[in-house]
Amino acid sequence: MARARHPTQDPLWAKLIVITLVMVFLGLVLVLPLAAVFAEALRKGVDVALAAISTPDALASVQLTLITAAITVPFNAVFGLCAAWAIAKHEFPGKALLITLIDLPFSVSPVVAGLIYVLVFGMQGWFGERLVDHDIKIIFAVPGIVLATIFVTFPFIARELIPLMQEQGTSEEEAAVSMGASGLYTFWRVTAPNVRWGLLYGVLLCNARAMGEFGAVSVVSGHIRGLTNTMPLHVEILYNEYDFVAAFAVAALLCLLAVVTLVLKAALEIAQPAVRGRGH
Amino acid sequence: MTISIRSVEKQYGRYPALNKVGLEIADGELLALLGPSGSGKTTLLRVIAGLEFPEGGQVLFNDQDVTFASAAARRVGFVFQQYALFKHMTVARNVAFGLDVRKGKDKPSKAEITARVDELLKLVELDGLGGRYPSQLSGGQRQRVALSRALAVSPSVLLLDEPFGALDATVRKSLRRELRRIHDATGVTTIFVTHDQEEALELADRVAVLNAGQIEQVGTPDEVHDNPASPFVCGFVGEANRFDGVVSGGQFTAGPVVLAAPGARDGPSIAYVRPHDFLLDESGFEARIERVAPQGPLAHVEAVLADGRRIEVTVARDDAPRFAGLVKLSSRRSHVFAA
Repeated sequence: MARARHPTQDPLWAKLIVITLVMVFLGLVLVLPLAAVFAEALRKGVDVALAAISTPDALASVQLTLITAAITVPFNAVFGLCAAWAIAKHEFPGKALLITLIDLPFSVSPVVAGLIYVLVFGMQGWFGERLVDHDIKIIFAVPGIVLATIFVTFPFIARELIPLMQEQGTSEEEAAVSMGASGLYTFWRVTAPNVRWGLLYGVLLCNARAMGEFGAVSVVSGHIRGLTNTMPLHVEILYNEYDFVAAFAVAALLCLLAVVTLVLKAALEIAQPAVRGRGH
Repeated sequence: MTISIRSVEKQYGRYPALNKVGLEIADGELLALLGPSGSGKTTLLRVIAGLEFPEGGQVLFNDQDVTFASAAARRVGFVFQQYALFKHMTVARNVAFGLDVRKGKDKPSKAEITARVDELLKLVELDGLGGRYPSQLSGGQRQRVALSRALAVSPSVLLLDEPFGALDATVRKSLRRELRRIHDATGVTTIFVTHDQEEALELADRVAVLNAGQIEQVGTPDEVHDNPASPFVCGFVGEANRFDGVVSGGQFTAGPVVLAAPGARDGPSIAYVRPHDFLLDESGFEARIERVAPQGPLAHVEAVLADGRRIEVTVARDDAPRFAGLVKLSSRRSHVFAA
């Protein structure tokens, strides 16, 4: 007698084939390279790897990466909240344009994003001379790196929040306002708590990307060791100098940061099933 | 609190949602805004609440112009169709919200708020559930929370937008009676929106029937049902058979159907006859009975007339056996309007 199965479930062999395909693909494309990074980093032992990531230049790159993320993520969190609130809860002319603009960094190559800043703030750029006169350095300095990272990562949080807020509609806000709550009170007591998990999720995604961004940062950084090299840029330099162990050691550290982010994200999804299945 | 609505206009794009609507609501009244979807009933409710501002006309609360006053300033209690409870707050915090937002002298003490919340939860028969979250409640319970939250601020007027729309039939019926009980206990002027004519007729003191952004008729449930002012009201409130025909000399004719139409003007007309207004009558028109479906104390009869048009007749169940084969019918009451 055939075993009873759910009417909408596929037969076992079909499930097995699909699952195997996905696993093999993930293994080849994701797990194997990731394992290779750690294997390469530890090829000459843990001591060598640790030494490679504790050189002054490596430490400086870690510091710069963390600073960049620490500025970028709060900025984009505030911007994302404002933009999502404006778009999802209000009607105004130019709304469609704003939504398109928010998506712009997703559709523009990061290298182009970097070039835009060079064009605007660089020596030969629009504001170049005036900035030099006032001794303000943006390109080939930390501010440029932060600006480029903000540009590349700003859709992450807004994009996470807009559909969530739209789905929730405006009736809770209307209820709050009809009971005498001010706009700000309504935002903090009603709107924000309803999106806190989505916001946290967006922050994690944004953080992961901010730490890992290469293209845009590469254009504006100038690659000055110990000063304007973020971790991804430092990895590239070490690799180009055939210092493979050091390159992979720093890469492994970057991977670890990403893994921590992903673990946090997974923990969030377990704590709050409603955010599961969102994201990009 | 008396409410006057004076030639209020509101448009969405080019489409008029409210077209010079006027309505007077007496203090302590329970009024239903009844109409099909798109008739403007919810827009009218939101204009009264201050959640929408009209493009023309006035809204007066006790003779005071509040047309552009905020919802909070009007002290309205608003109940949303989908409850709109704050998901991340407990039932008690939801009910207390309107008191929590107050500032300074107006804000009651913690103990007063707790006492008020308990009293309200008791009123809607949810005592003991204050610590739950909305997601842990059934639909009917959520709507009761929404109701008590709206009542917490001692509103001058209670406004409900399709309050029972999302509930199943049994819960809807019991909650309807409960709303009536709460209205009678608090005496607060209450306006609710519904597309369900049965609900409006059962619950309300008066019914305002809306169609295409205009009020077609305002009256007690009996008036609206028994003396509809327009063909729309006749067709929308209660069941009715429609006949397109001609009036001539106080008599309406449509094929084999002949109805008395005293005082009606000659010319093309539309007549409505309620299913329960047909009776067996040897001098009437001929009808062939197709089907008799008993339902409780009544029976619904489907009949075909000589020219092929179908009518619905409702009779007492005990009389149902007499409706078989060919019968002769006439109507004891009909509503005739010039076409």
